[in-house]
Amino acid sequence: MTDRRPITEDDLQAYVDASLDPLRRSEIDAYLETHPDVAARVQGYVHQRTGLRAALGPIAEEPVPPDLNLARMIERRRHATATWWRAAAAVLLLCLGAAGGWSLRGTVDTSSAPVLTGIHALAQEAVDSYAVYAPDQTHPVEIRANDRSELVSWASERLRHPVAVPDLSASGYRFMGGRVVPTSHGPAILFMYDNDHGARLVLLIRRMEVEQTARMTPRLQGDVAGFTWADDGIGSSLVGALPTTTLHPLADEVRRQQRSI
Amino acid sequence: MTDDMMGLVEPLIPALRRYARSLLRDVVAADDLVQDCLERVIGRWHQHRPDGNTRTWVFTILHNLAINRLTQASRRGQHMTIDDASDAVLARPASQEDRLRHRDLLRGLQALPEDQRSVLLLVSVEDLSYAEAARVLDVPIGTVMSRLSRARDNLLRAMETGPQARSAAPVLRRVK
Repeated sequence: MTDRRPITEDDLQAYVDASLDPLRRSEIDAYLETHPDVAARVQGYVHQRTGLRAALGPIAEEPVPPDLNLARMIERRRHATATWWRAAAAVLLLCLGAAGGWSLRGTVDTSSAPVLTGIHALAQEAVDSYAVYAPDQTHPVEIRANDRSELVSWASERLRHPVAVPDLSASGYRFMGGRVVPTSHGPAILFMYDNDHGARLVLLIRRMEVEQTARMTPRLQGDVAGFTWADDGIGSSLVGALPTTTLHPLADEVRRQQRSI
Repeated sequence: MTDDMMGLVEPLIPALRRYARSLLRDVVAADDLVQDCLERVIGRWHQHRPDGNTRTWVFTILHNLAINRLTQASRRGQHMTIDDASDAVLARPASQEDRLRHRDLLRGLQALPEDQRSVLLLVSVEDLSYAEAARVLDVPIGTVMSRLSRARDNLLRAMETGPQARSAAPVLRRVK
């Protein structure tokens, strides 16, 4: 009984919640036996706890209403996602068709096949990446937002240029994570964002050999809009299934943050 | 992914409804809130770490939504009378004596400041550990302990003063 740890108010709370180890619990029991005032108070707390559990417990036993059927909610969301995935896929097919038609025109002389360059190439790569990764429900990103610093150092290393993750949370878009994607102009960094409605944005960043600095250029393919620009040899393209008027300020914000690195 | 979500989140729904209803004191608003919460859980599932504590994560989302809702309501000056609230919250008729006792207790609970009420509910009713409650409320564990202690103390005093005295002075706070 020598050097017993003093009884604290926290001990009493933990006693009420039955979260003390058995030794400490027996010490508290002994203390309460000799301190009836404190014992009465603790007893009151214990009654409170059982009373609250008894009064509120039955809520959790009610059948769960249909609006809160989780399986149905997941299904509904998948359906919504699939709908805009189809829209994105349709856009992609349309581009491929157009590109195919255009290249047929040049079957006699293959050197005249159109090769997109500069920010137009980047814009196309961003739309393609969006079509592939944005609808992905399982692995939309390779490195998640939790491991942001790992992603940033990987991206900066691959681009041989410091890359930062723009913050779009003020516009309701949370950073999800990113990955490195291949393009015919070398590695590009893809960052993805989403909002509460599941709408996703893709930001694609890579080095620019042609058009090292270019003003912001819009591009619209069906429902998918994009804005592409380049500053000091680094090009960026922001793509999403949004009206251009909604996407434009987001692109401006990304560029503003990039310039303030 | 869907299987994970179903396995980890679906069993929490009854407790989420109980916590939301205990805080908002309104059956319909509480279920709306839980629906909102589940939508977010589905939409943000990619942010959920496989080794993380799903219950704490989901309760955090629900708690933040509830606090936003309560703040908006108080800004608009909406509030329910305590009598309506107790009846709405009580899930099903218990025996007459239990019913009266429960009603008294819930009135006392509702007279507590919101920060004390949430701690008391998370710990006493939802069985969150002190560390989990601290994460849900985004406060240090010491704050959880002091709020819990104040909540229990205030509720005890409210019960002792009896219903008449309480209706005259519905909010008892110990100034510390």
